[in-house]
Amino acid sequence: MSNIITIFFGAVFINNFVLSRFLGICPFLGVSKKVETSIGMGMAVTFVMGMASMVTWLLEYYVLVPNSLEYLRTIVFILVIASLVQFVELVIRKVSPTLYQALGIFLPLITTNCAVLGVAILNIQIGYNLFESIVFGVAAAVGFTLALVIMAGIRENLELVSIPEHFRGVSLALIIAGILSIAFMGFQRMM
Amino acid sequence: MVGVAIITLGALGLIFGGVLAYAAQKFAVEIDPKVQMVQEYLPGANCGACGYAGCAQFAEEAVAGTAPITGCTPGGSAVAGKIAELLGIAAPAAEARKVAQLVCLGDCAVAKEKFTYHGVKDCKAALMFGGGPGACSYGCVGQGTCVQSCPVDAITMSDKGLPIIDKDACISCEKCVAACPRQVIDMVNVNANYYVRCKSQDKGKQVREVCALGCIGCGICVKKCPVDAIKMDGNVAVIDGNICNNCGICAEACPRKTIT
Repeated sequence: MSNIITIFFGAVFINNFVLSRFLGICPFLGVSKKVETSIGMGMAVTFVMGMASMVTWLLEYYVLVPNSLEYLRTIVFILVIASLVQFVELVIRKVSPTLYQALGIFLPLITTNCAVLGVAILNIQIGYNLFESIVFGVAAAVGFTLALVIMAGIRENLELVSIPEHFRGVSLALIIAGILSIAFMGFQRMM
Repeated sequence: MVGVAIITLGALGLIFGGVLAYAAQKFAVEIDPKVQMVQEYLPGANCGACGYAGCAQFAEEAVAGTAPITGCTPGGSAVAGKIAELLGIAAPAAEARKVAQLVCLGDCAVAKEKFTYHGVKDCKAALMFGGGPGACSYGCVGQGTCVQSCPVDAITMSDKGLPIIDKDACISCEKCVAACPRQVIDMVNVNANYYVRCKSQDKGKQVREVCALGCIGCGICVKKCPVDAIKMDGNVAVIDGNICNNCGICAEACPRKTIT
């Protein structure tokens, strides 16, 4: 049990996918303008990462390893992720058109979000079992959502202050991302 | 070995495809077929000239009636007519196509430089160094920011350092007009042959000092124009494209050959 807790908090805080491993930076900068959208994005990514962790783990140990097809790992995992993202897109489009509009191009781009492929491959490399893999996948997505929401909160407040012209937009976003990353380094001594 | 790989991957693809096909039917969203048709009429460049995020959104707004059907400048009156027909609205009167035109003749052989700029290839960046390398503070900077802004690659840089705009390729999206920090790109009637290619508001003496082809504001063209299409805007002449009849008298009369 303590093992699971370690995996969970490790992935959320200590090895935060965005701020420590630098995976999934594209949506981190792209969809972090509003807290509401970033939560929606976080939920979509959480679903995709959790499901992807489970499906890729099952495929790895029940399809690829028995047939000694490990060299197909990357392409199979991408296939899984792409299908899951398509599925999520269909569902979100039906359930919440507003969220679908707000996420825009970043929704299909979860397919190429390296955090998702990263979590699937890390699961295999570290050698987690099925349950640990799912926990790791969900925790990584929670960490991603956390980083996204913090970033969105800061950027929402920045809308209210006057910023020197040359810092506006992406340049300030990248500086904030750097400062957040330094802040998250503080967690590394925690465990 | 290869067979196993192909079969495994093929089977996985088939399974995922099947699940997605089922989900697509289950979660199908009904789209107004009109939106689809309008989208087919649009050029599909997603240039953003209409002010919406892309052709798809413009199509939606146009069908909903919240966007003017003439909003698509690249498509022009042809597209507007088709949309009007589809939606059962009266077609708007056809307007002459407008294209982007550079309003400066100051290439490196004509305009003087204060210094030679070797920085980032961007007009705005160049302007930050002491107001830009050109001696004229109204002329083209020549670093090609407009070239990068053009979604259809209609603008190229000549080897003399001025952008050349391909009138036939231009889709009237006005991206370059917005991108130019010196505002030396205007939208002009595609049929207009003559244009005062200078924006300098400097006095004639100063213009002579910095540029061989700049408008000195002498006003000869204003007097010579048979249809009174030319007006003085401060120290520079401007031809009104709606009145001009392309006679070319002004171009001959211009002592500086600024009108071409």
